[in-house]
Amino acid sequence: MTTGIPLHYFLIVSTLMFFIGIYGFLTRKNLITILMSVELILNSVNINFVAFNRYLFPGELQGQFFSLFIIAVAAAEAAVAIAIIISVYRRFTNIDVERVDSMKH
Amino acid sequence: MTISEIIFYLFSATIILFSILTVTSRRILRAAVYLLFVLVSTAGLYFMLNYQFLAAVQLTLYAGGIVVLIIFSILLTSHISQKFESVGLKKQVFSAIATASGAILSILVILNYGFDTLITEADNPTMSSIGNGLLNYGKNGYALPFEVISILLLAAMFASIVIAKKDKKTN
Repeated sequence: MTTGIPLHYFLIVSTLMFFIGIYGFLTRKNLITILMSVELILNSVNINFVAFNRYLFPGELQGQFFSLFIIAVAAAEAAVAIAIIISVYRRFTNIDVERVDSMKH
Repeated sequence: MTISEIIFYLFSATIILFSILTVTSRRILRAAVYLLFVLVSTAGLYFMLNYQFLAAVQLTLYAGGIVVLIIFSILLTSHISQKFESVGLKKQVFSAIATASGAILSILVILNYGFDTLITEADNPTMSSIGNGLLNYGKNGYALPFEVISILLLAAMFASIVIAKKDKKTN
């Protein structure tokens, strides 16, 4: 399926996705949208692992297993983050990072 | 241009476009749906690389599980028709400069590094090789990270229940 597509193309796609995720992480204010940016970043890392596994070490499975473990870690992270977000919402009735700051002072 | 190249460009264009829309959309529910499109296109890339199991996991766990969780929490915490106020121009410009310079630097490094690619069509991972690798503790075995991940998932489940539980004293 991948004949004619060099490895660079996959890496460029994942790099762009990673930095778009960082842009969202820097500019967003809502906690849930920040979480979505983190998901973009983790997903781009997965693309890198899988492309390296396919092109450079085609007989082995390391990249695939690490992608599986990253997906599991992302699921755990999303669950805990959403529990925290719901708890913060109960306490402050909003989830804006610039207005939830009572632990800073 | 072969058909696989066309499919690859289609998936990459979808990924880039909807990633940008995910981080710039001012309606939060739409941002979540754009994130879903990004994750599904990524699963398409995995199918192109002949990793069917990983693509299935991506579709069920990421696109099915995490996005549904995010949409649930959006519905619990914000009004659907609520729009964010737009980000300040200064912040937007400086973040764009920082991320664009990082992206250009990384892409230049990638393009200048000569990877010796040796892709072969013969050895696709089968389901049994994945299962053997996950539960094997010898060479090419991943029993330890598998167990660590299962403990981590259990701990995360307990943690999220404890954190999101209602406090009895305040109510």
